[in-house]
Amino acid sequence: MSERQVRSRFWGSEAFSGLALISPTALYAILLLAAPLATTLLYSVFTDGYLVVIPHFQLCNYIGECRSQLADGTPSPDTYLGAWSDPITQALMLRSLNVSMLVTAMTVLLAYPVAYFVSFNVDASRKSLWLFLITIPFWTSYVIRVFMWNVMMSRTGVINSVLEGMGIISEPLQMVFTIQAMVVTLAHAYAPFAILPIFVALEKIDRSLLEAGQDLGETRFTTFLRVTLPLSMTGVIASVLIVFIPTIGDYVTPNLIGGGKIPMIANIIEKQMLKADNRPLGSAIAVSAMLVVGLISVLFLFLNRRYLKGQK
Amino acid sequence: MKIPTLRIYTIAYLIFLYTPIVILPIFAFNNSTAVAFPLQGFTTEWFYNIAHDDVLFRALQNSLIVSSISSVLSATLGTFAARASTRYKFPGSGPLMGLIMLPMVLPDMITAMALLVVLLSIGIKLSLVTIILGHVLICTPFSVAILTSAFQSLDKSLEEAACDLGEGPVSTFMLVILPLVMPGIISALLISFTISLDEFIVTNFLGSGEPLLSTFIYGQLRFPKYVPNIMALGTVLVGVSIILLTLAEFFRRRGIAKTGSKDTGGFL
Repeated sequence: MSERQVRSRFWGSEAFSGLALISPTALYAILLLAAPLATTLLYSVFTDGYLVVIPHFQLCNYIGECRSQLADGTPSPDTYLGAWSDPITQALMLRSLNVSMLVTAMTVLLAYPVAYFVSFNVDASRKSLWLFLITIPFWTSYVIRVFMWNVMMSRTGVINSVLEGMGIISEPLQMVFTIQAMVVTLAHAYAPFAILPIFVALEKIDRSLLEAGQDLGETRFTTFLRVTLPLSMTGVIASVLIVFIPTIGDYVTPNLIGGGKIPMIANIIEKQMLKADNRPLGSAIAVSAMLVVGLISVLFLFLNRRYLKGQK
Repeated sequence: MKIPTLRIYTIAYLIFLYTPIVILPIFAFNNSTAVAFPLQGFTTEWFYNIAHDDVLFRALQNSLIVSSISSVLSATLGTFAARASTRYKFPGSGPLMGLIMLPMVLPDMITAMALLVVLLSIGIKLSLVTIILGHVLICTPFSVAILTSAFQSLDKSLEEAACDLGEGPVSTFMLVILPLVMPGIISALLISFTISLDEFIVTNFLGSGEPLLSTFIYGQLRFPKYVPNIMALGTVLVGVSIILLTLAEFFRRRGIAKTGSKDTGGFL
């Protein structure tokens, strides 16, 4: 085969057509997403200077004590602690993880029965109407939706004024500025992201398997545990990840529901990147957060694989 | 009689989902700056206020510009990616699609900060353009998701028939495929538009301080006396989104009817 034939075979090939077609979108994502993420990773091991980042390798933004450089290039007399050494960052990281995990558990557990109902108990022709009803509240302003929970839960808010009006409580309940309030708000905000993947997985289950289970003497409940649940695990995993990963970086809820008093990891990233102008430290915190979330996600996928293996 | 536990539960859950947006119009018409019960009487003052707010109008104008451009760009980029991944097998398709879809799960804060730091370090001034760059990144995965299902439901024999009848790949795409996926493209445009209009974090950090709808709302919420205005604005926005979504759903269903496949529900 001559070189020319090889070349013309490549230009006309499926691989080339596919790559050519995807290239605008791929280039956009590489330039505006992959490159910035790589830069963040690089910055996290560089040295903080005055309004600039100095390409001097070090790991102190992660562990240990770090020194910024002053405007004249000399090291600053003050030190700061790296992301993993600083007790405040540690506490915020743990709080963010705690909130994310609670939100994920609450959202997915509450969503599963809803997805199950729509998939198994609703007539096929009306399923998309139900899904439409479920998604409608979520296409309205996110900021307003979060703020509405403040309206409901504040000291003079809807829930307190109703309960007081009915004489159930005499003192208003303290609901905003608590972690629980943030969890409820986020569980509400992410509900459709949990319902839809589980619904899709449930829809794919061959209904004859369920009949087979019951013919073989299983009750409805054990059929659910031994057939439906394992088969829908792909959807559960998708919803766990799609809720868990973004909630850890939520910025609006800590400000509007936590009143800025219960900051989460996104708030400290903002503070370091912008107000404190310490981009290496801000980058290191961002990378650390993603690393922790990534590790937990992988661990979760591994445990799920073991669970599904145990089923067989 | 058997108690329909699951149905009752689902309806209770729907009530939980709808409570915030049902409360919104109640306080939009309530004649009190305090957003609490008991209601103080009917007023349209808050709607009057927002209709005469110049900053809000500028924010709305900016938002419409940003969201229109972002939705057109992300639907276009989404069409390329969805068509490539459904029609062709090529090396690197998995990782590339993974990267394109990444903003769907990546916290917006990380996406925004990474992009912001790079833009600042190469000396690009923040403006509506930088907001659009970020919005396209966030909206494209949703366009890809919608368009992938549109392209997947295409009958490949239609395309082969066009080829047999002497059409080239480009004219086949324009004459046969594009009209068939058009409903998918329109629904991708509408969804991207809605997401872009709603986006707060990217808008807040990649903007120059020029108000957009979401950042304007966020700014106003810090002042209790403006809260009723935001209730009125929110009511208008809820109305508009429901209209847009109903349109999107209408086009999606028409697309499914056109290609003759079964309705499998949902946008995502």
